[in-house]
Amino acid sequence: MTDLAMPAHKSVAFVRTTPAPRVPRPPLPGGPLHWVRTNLFPTPFNGLLTLLVVLLFVWTVPPLVRFLFIDAVWMGTSRDACLPSAANPDPGACWAFVRTWFSFFIYGPYPMAERWRVDVFFALLAFGTAWLLWLDAPRRGLGAAFFFLVLPVVSFVLLSGFPAIGLPTVDTASWGGLLVTLVVASVGIVVSLPAGILLALGRRSTMPAVRLFSIGFIELVRGVPLITVLFMASVMLPLFVPPAWSPDKLLRALVGIAIFASAYMAEVVRAGLQSIPKGQYEAANALGLGYWRTLGLVVLPQALRVTIPNIVNNTIALFKDTTLVFFVGIFDFLRTIEIARVDPNWATPVTSTTGYAFAAIFYFVACHFMSRYATGIERRLAAGDRR
Amino acid sequence: MKRVFVAILAACAALTTGAPASAATLDTVKARGSLNCGTNGQLPGFAMPDAQGVWTGFDVELCRAVAAAIFNDPSKVKFVALTAKDRFTALQAGDVDVLIRNTTWTLSRDTQLGLNATSTYYYDGQGFIVRKSLKLNSALELNDAAVCVQQGTTTELNLSDYFRANKMRLKSVTFATLDEALKAYDTGRCDAYTTDASQLYSVRLKLARPDEHVVLPEIISKEPFAAFVRHGDDQWFDIVRWVVFAMLNAEEFGITKANIDEQAKSDNPEIKRLLGTEGNFGEALGLTKDWVVRIVKLVGNYGEVFERTIGQNTPLKISRGQNALWTKGGLHYAPPVR
Repeated sequence: MTDLAMPAHKSVAFVRTTPAPRVPRPPLPGGPLHWVRTNLFPTPFNGLLTLLVVLLFVWTVPPLVRFLFIDAVWMGTSRDACLPSAANPDPGACWAFVRTWFSFFIYGPYPMAERWRVDVFFALLAFGTAWLLWLDAPRRGLGAAFFFLVLPVVSFVLLSGFPAIGLPTVDTASWGGLLVTLVVASVGIVVSLPAGILLALGRRSTMPAVRLFSIGFIELVRGVPLITVLFMASVMLPLFVPPAWSPDKLLRALVGIAIFASAYMAEVVRAGLQSIPKGQYEAANALGLGYWRTLGLVVLPQALRVTIPNIVNNTIALFKDTTLVFFVGIFDFLRTIEIARVDPNWATPVTSTTGYAFAAIFYFVACHFMSRYATGIERRLAAGDRR
Repeated sequence: MKRVFVAILAACAALTTGAPASAATLDTVKARGSLNCGTNGQLPGFAMPDAQGVWTGFDVELCRAVAAAIFNDPSKVKFVALTAKDRFTALQAGDVDVLIRNTTWTLSRDTQLGLNATSTYYYDGQGFIVRKSLKLNSALELNDAAVCVQQGTTTELNLSDYFRANKMRLKSVTFATLDEALKAYDTGRCDAYTTDASQLYSVRLKLARPDEHVVLPEIISKEPFAAFVRHGDDQWFDIVRWVVFAMLNAEEFGITKANIDEQAKSDNPEIKRLLGTEGNFGEALGLTKDWVVRIVKLVGNYGEVFERTIGQNTPLKISRGQNALWTKGGLHYAPPVR
């Protein structure tokens, strides 16, 4: 055996006895300069792109800000306010024009005395939408019933009138502006989701009649442009039915849009259904679930979750497609702007630009909110995927 | 091609329904309680809603005049905004009872569509606008001028016809939309801009400095605007046509909204016949004796409507020109009521 004990004074040569002197830390990659280098100029090519983008901003943003805000005319009662003057030699956006015509953009030619009815409709729609879309809202079942059953009936009575209860009839030819855009978009969205789900299920069904009908419907409607559907509904239909039977012009457009949106939604939902592994169906069968319960409890919750980005995509596209109803003579939001911009009382070189800028801002804000909401939902439903 | 298509549609309509053509339009309108009037919806001075959503314009007032003659209430009109494409089909299909939508009366439209033009209510035509600084007095001095024009329209064809007929050289600069063409003219790419005279005036307001431009006197095409009704209902045809004639006659006799009550007591036999204090002419049309009184009292005579919607006191400032009465050097000549 050897002596394991080591004399205290005889240290091992490679073990330090004193701490090493402190040295300053090496420069960490950081600081604004480093960020710029790694993010904006990592390679010569990327650096060039950065410079181009900066140039683009310099070229576009200041003139835009100047047009929309700095040189803009905010107050005024006629075109004179927006014409070049000594004080404002190069006037920007004529917001005074938008102010004057604003109520027309909202209500269209809806009779002045009855516009409170539209306001009530907007309030009900906002309330119903909030109740339905706010996931933590109390009694959401009641909210859904309100939105899908009560709201359509109440809105119809409110907007088109019911003389028996003192609401004079307002023909849909007098509807317009934001009112029509919201009515068309919400009807399209509300009808297309359930109809789309049914069509998608029909297309995957094993029953030949159902499957053939669904395939035929989807392919036929998807094969023609929306404008053709609208044109057929509004121009051709009245040629083939007597005037007394011919449905209301707005209703024709609503049906056209709903049919069109449903066909597209069906394909989106079908994509979701395809993504569910067969094992899920088999497992549900093994648990003794029938067709509808398999769908409702197992398949659809998963299928719809993966299709949310596409559903929202469709919804946003539909919201913007509603502008096509103006081809059949219905004054939607964009069309009211189109009308206002030719008003000789406001005819200036900037009037049209201002009108279109206003429309762009409106559609962007509306679509942006839809997209933000969908992102929120996705994050929440994807909670199960996070570890 | 389009005409053929529309004609086929008309034929289909006649074959499949038959109903809109055969039922008396006046009875349908009366039973419905309102007139369905097809109109433009986006033409300043002629037909568009104002900021309060109230329909205004020359065509609109004519629709109101027809309603006033039938219902004694000019508000009983439902305005249906129609595009240039679907205007005739809407009338054929019975969606509207009458089409008053700045529509030019041509032979093919009068014959091939199953429609009838009633009478010219406004004489329009293509004109030019140029910069004052060019010091031009006539369109004939436009030789070698660059003219901005909208592509694929009759306007473009008329323009080249006019230049060819007058042996002038044309440099036309074409654009897809009116707005683009106007912008190009405003920024100096062209010496002149051409479109229908009724629009030149509203278009001028969109220029950066409207006062520096002038409308040349020449009208190079005939664009008579007429009201259209369906074939096969002569009573309705007569009503629409005579409402316009009544307004012209009322102007000719100096009968206005303001003095109609005094004029009703007039001894002038022509006025008495017109206002229904003598004879039974309104009832012959299927209306009432006082049909002209209703029109003038509720809407006005032709001149009043003209001044109110497109005349000197409006931003458009269109002068009467060809639309003056025949007694004042214009083309409007209404047959007598007798």
